[in-house]
Formats: sequence, structure tokens, C-alpha cells
Amino acid sequence: MHENIKVGMADYKATSHPSILVTLGLGSCVGIALYEPSTRIIGLAHIMLPTSKIAKAAVNEAKFADTAIVKLVEEMVKLGANRRIIKAKLAGGAQMFNFTDSSDNIRIGLRNIEASRNVLAQLGIPIVSEDVGGNHGRTIELYSDDGKLLIKTVGFGINYI
Amino acid sequence: MTINFNELNNLQLDVLREVGNIGAGNAVSALAKMVNRKIDMSVPKVKILEFNEIPDMLNAPEEPVVGILLGMTGDITGHILFMLDKKSARLLVNMLFGFKESTSEEFDELEMSAIKELGNIMTGSYVAALSMLTNLKILCSVPNVAIDMAGAILSVPAIEFGMLGETVLYIASEFNEGDNKVIGDFFLIPDLGSYETLLKTLGVII
Repeated sequence: MHENIKVGMADYKATSHPSILVTLGLGSCVGIALYEPSTRIIGLAHIMLPTSKIAKAAVNEAKFADTAIVKLVEEMVKLGANRRIIKAKLAGGAQMFNFTDSSDNIRIGLRNIEASRNVLAQLGIPIVSEDVGGNHGRTIELYSDDGKLLIKTVGFGINYI
Repeated sequence: MTINFNELNNLQLDVLREVGNIGAGNAVSALAKMVNRKIDMSVPKVKILEFNEIPDMLNAPEEPVVGILLGMTGDITGHILFMLDKKSARLLVNMLFGFKESTSEEFDELEMSAIKELGNIMTGSYVAALSMLTNLKILCSVPNVAIDMAGAILSVPAIEFGMLGETVLYIASEFNEGDNKVIGDFFLIPDLGSYETLLKTLGVII
């Protein structure tokens, strides 16, 4: 039996095989899906903001790309994952509304994607596939069987990356 | 100074509820005038939610909804978001056109611009009420409409709140036309500093 575990907004979870990690309705937030193929330990983070430095009060580490990814990898290692063979997939970072006078805050999706890529590069975790940007929301499901990532959208159907 | 919504006292919450009440009330009476029908409104709910409670608060975070977002400038800066479920949006579009009986889940170009105008007038009235109440000058940008998953639409205000703290201030109002229930949520999202301005002008300093 696969256990279906929900990951909320500004939240991260790591779990052992067999399980499915789900996050619903990603907009400008980014979902960082991590998979360790030998133990099949998986982890999913749903971040809202690129860096803990831009917020006034950085208390919730799950909220920021820089802190959440590091914490998530630690959780996976605690469960027995081999840090050196973890792979990543990214989804989300959309711009839900089209503003002509795009302020930085409104383009937060792009900055979330950039920050997630940078943090993964610093940790030496390769990104094997991405479905990012655009202007539509996504629901994602990460499967511990093979690390595949399901992406559901309104109007663009279902995809696997 | 950072506003911590968890530390707002009852008086401040009452004031914000009243702001929501007056804003939404004005928006609904603008709507009633537009469609020339009587529309009732319930007392808005003011809630302070943790981010991870947001998906549970929305009955279906994947369900497509209509979101209308406007920017605010002037004495208060930030955004205002009006979110409607698709059924409610269809009902309002049918009312606006007067003779339509459509049940379609899709909206054509003309209907989309009607939704935009609806959002414009409703949020405009909301902000006008707020402006009158506080004597602050607030201007609104042109509306932006998106139809997508409720969770994804809501991530836009949630991220703005995310820069302030761990919670979202949520003002929900429900209104009825006859037996038809229209569920619409307003999210007032002032930028950092504007909350202070708002509460200070209303006489409840943090």
C-alpha cells in the first residue's frame, strides 16, 4: 500500500518507500521533489519565497528555498538516504497574473525557480527535469517507486516528468 | 515594525472585520445596482490562517476559480484580490447580460471582459469604502483576471503575506440573490507598513 502524504504550503516532508508525496495547487510557489534511487526515499518541499534574507522575520524554514531544501535533504539523510545520489525535479513558479508594471513581488515565481536551482547546485544535487514558469497552477505527486513526478493542470492535462 | 497578526487584539480584529464588512457591503451594493436586483450579504468572516491551513480552508484547492487582482497605490500600497468560484462567476455573468441562461464552465472573450469589469467595480467600491472610512487616498490599477486552481490563485496573496509573517488575514463574504448563493472572497493585501497606516488611521494603533 502506498501512503499518500500531503505537503502543505510552506511545508516539507521526507518519507521512505512505498509512499506518494502530494502538494495541491502550486501557483507562484515552487515544488522541489527529491528522490534517492537506491533506498527510494523521497522528499518534497513547497516553498513560497526565494530566500530567508528578504523576509522580515525568518522563523519558518519551510517557507524559503534556501532553508527548506537544506532541511529536506537533512531529513532524507536521517531516514537513511545517500546524499550523493539524490536527484531533483522542479515544478511551479508560475506567474498567475499578468501585470504590465511587473513589480519584483509579482514576478516572485521566477525568483523562486532561480533560487531553487541555485540552492540545488550548491548542494551538488542535479536537476533531472523541470516543469516551471508559465501562467498556470499545478498539482504534483511524487512516487517513491521510481521518482516519477505527476503534474496536473487546469487546461493542460496531466504530465509526467 | 512587523505586524504579527497573532498578536492583534480583539478590538483590532473587530476593526478589521468592520473594514471588511463595509468594503464588501459597498461592493455588493454596487453589484446590486449593476444587475438591478436585490442582493443580501452575510457578515464577513475574518480569519487569521497559518499557511498550511490554506489548502484545508479551500474546500478544493485544485478546483478552478476566478481570481481578479488589482494593485493599490496612494497612501496605502498593496493588492486586493477578489476570488469567486466558477459557478458564482457564471451566475453573475448571466445576471449582467440579463437574458443568459448559460451553464457553461468556460467563458468567452466578451464574458471575460464582463468578469473583469465586475471585478473592477466590486473591488473599486470596496476600496472606495475603505478610502472614505480612513480618509486615505487609495488608487486602483486595472484588473487582472486568472481562472485556475484555487490554491494557485491564493498563492499570490499568501506569498505577499509570507514576507510579513506566518499567517494570512482572510476576509470572506457570502452573498445571495434570491435562492442563488454567490460565494466571493476578498483578500486585502496591504504592503508592509500599510497595515500600520491602516490601523493607525482607524485609531487602533499596534
